[in-house]
Amino acid sequence: MARLMELYRLMARIRAFEEVALVAHAAGELPGYLHPSIGQEAVAAGVCSVLRRDDRITSTHRGHGHALAKGADVRGMMRELFGRAGGACRGKGGSMHIADFSVGMLGANGVVAGGIPIAVGAAQGLRLLGSDSIVACFFGDGAINRGPFLEGLNWAALYRLPVLFVCEDNMVAAFTAARSVTAGPGVVARAESFGVAAESVDGNDVEAVAEAAQRLIACVRRGGGPRLLHARTYRLLGHTSTDEAAWRDPDEVAQAKANDPLVRARDRLLAAGVDGAVLDAVLAEARVEMEAARADALQAPWPEPAEAWEDVQDIGAEPVEQL
Amino acid sequence: MDASLLPPTATVETITLVEATRRAVRQEMRRDPLVWVLGEDVARGGIFGQYRDLVDEFGPERIVSTPISEATIMGAGLGAALVGTRPIIEMRIFDFALCAMDELVNQIAKIRYMFGGQAKPAVVIRAPHGLWRSSAAQHSQSLEAWFAHLPGLVVAVPATPADAAGLLVAAIRSDDPVLFFDPKALFGATGPVPQEIAPLPFGVARHVREGDDLTLVCWSSIVPEGERAAEALEREGIGVDLLDLRTLWPWDEAAVLASAARTRRLLVVHEAVRTGGFGGEIVARVVERLGPGALKAARRIGAPRLPVPFSPPLEEAMRVTEAKIVAAARSLLGA
Ligand SMILES: Cc1ncc(C[n+]2csc(CCOP(=O)(O)OP(=O)(O)O)c2C)c(N)n1
Ligand SMILES: [Mg+2]
Repeated sequence: MARLMELYRLMARIRAFEEVALVAHAAGELPGYLHPSIGQEAVAAGVCSVLRRDDRITSTHRGHGHALAKGADVRGMMRELFGRAGGACRGKGGSMHIADFSVGMLGANGVVAGGIPIAVGAAQGLRLLGSDSIVACFFGDGAINRGPFLEGLNWAALYRLPVLFVCEDNMVAAFTAARSVTAGPGVVARAESFGVAAESVDGNDVEAVAEAAQRLIACVRRGGGPRLLHARTYRLLGHTSTDEAAWRDPDEVAQAKANDPLVRARDRLLAAGVDGAVLDAVLAEARVEMEAARADALQAPWPEPAEAWEDVQDIGAEPVEQL
Repeated sequence: MDASLLPPTATVETITLVEATRRAVRQEMRRDPLVWVLGEDVARGGIFGQYRDLVDEFGPERIVSTPISEATIMGAGLGAALVGTRPIIEMRIFDFALCAMDELVNQIAKIRYMFGGQAKPAVVIRAPHGLWRSSAAQHSQSLEAWFAHLPGLVVAVPATPADAAGLLVAAIRSDDPVLFFDPKALFGATGPVPQEIAPLPFGVARHVREGDDLTLVCWSSIVPEGERAAEALEREGIGVDLLDLRTLWPWDEAAVLASAARTRRLLVVHEAVRTGGFGGEIVARVVERLGPGALKAARRIGAPRLPVPFSPPLEEAMRVTEAKIVAAARSLLGA
């Protein structure tokens, strides 16, 4: 139960981070827009809970959960969303480009499937370094129709690279049902056609995700080559913070809400005898942590305008213009 | 590099440009075990022999022949750099790099900036470019201006064996991503190259020839045309100050400005299409810096805005040649 409790806490923190960020966004406190992963927390939490700190991940546009689960600093992340000094990426990336290399989080990515070639190359580099770290590569069900997915699968299989591909199948690609634009039986079959063993899992059952990931990662780390985890989940909110996703079938949404990964973990913990008050306290603590991060971000200074000129390149860097 | 400028003890041989780049890669792979090569057919030596026999010395884990997956060749190179290795990404022919534009433009060129400096993508992308043996529209392009336009990259356009070797060594050691345009047409050109290759700084033009009447700026495979044109013009009594830029980003603005201020006539020549080419940037910069009255005349020569045709007479018609450079120079002198 201790393990489930930890996973519950991690999911609660991801949920609270995004809920607080969405409130801040609606209040006009943060620029741009967000891609919330609310409803999908079990995939990030389950997979990252069985990774080592020196393992790497690549993430997607919907990557807050992956970053938090890999151990990225919450205040740095929140400041990044707010575009403030002290942000994880110094305010250069924002929500869609969060990275924290200090914990092996090699970056969210604004390009669908953009992380896949990077992940297989990171795995190849790690092998060259003689490391036994592995790379977990998150991508959506929409990404499997992009060329880099097919290239990357072939590549990882060919060189037997230490990669765990994780397909977060939330059934939707932006505003289109993924099935309606995907031929054939889907991601598992595609992986198997390259000789990459794949497993499908209930992606809202955080324990099931963690167990499957652990099994697959053990094979990957032993040198067995890549594996693919297909996690079936549901995006409870719209594509972005400004999308109501009102076009969806209300019955489908209601059903999905009942299947919320936090609700399911909670039910299981209650059934195992954990006091409901303890679980409420976990949620409340997560909320307090994230509200504190929001307050911190709000009071943080903006970056200096001249910082826009920094970190382009060492050689041939544009001199700062007189502002 | 002029052989006479080297220390007397240095061993210098005359070798081809392709061999010079091979020597540079071998030297750097011996020096640094984190340097490795990935690309199609590289374990077979690469299609121009740039990597000939290197697999024998370094093994298939460091000279990695890949599938025909340009996006992943480019993107995997980046990923491998992000964990600390130093890949040389071989694109076979530049035009195929167009299948990897997301990985180059959105990922490699952005990742350091977007992530607030957490990572420097220390990759070299080798892209043999330009006209070569009637290769036609999809195997002949010179699109270097696109990438000089792109923040985040260093762009190298060498023309001699020594420069190709020196710039390649610098590129491999650089923490910035370097797009290295091998001049296909000059792979067979020969010149002196030291046994031990020193890195050549980016952004320093080679002063090929001195003259007082006209500044001629060029790079990559046009340099030999420029040299021949300068010789022909000299026979007519026209002194040409010839600069080979060697890198387009950064480019040696100071050298061009100094020369143009002196000769007051500027001719920029490139193989790429003239419209929107880097020649326009150079002329504009010189006018901005020296003021509108500083030059008596300025001109760009480049290809007409056409895809590259196959048939030799068609290709010849659109190609930048010594004769076209000479004619343009004469007309500038009349101005
Ligand atoms: C190459 C590319 N095409 C289009 C987009 C715009 N876009 C952003 S997210 C998205 C849907 C992605 O669906 P999926 O991969 O299933 O991820 P999800 O949003 O469901 O997490 C699209 C089309 C993009 N970012 N990149
Ligand atoms: Mg999806």
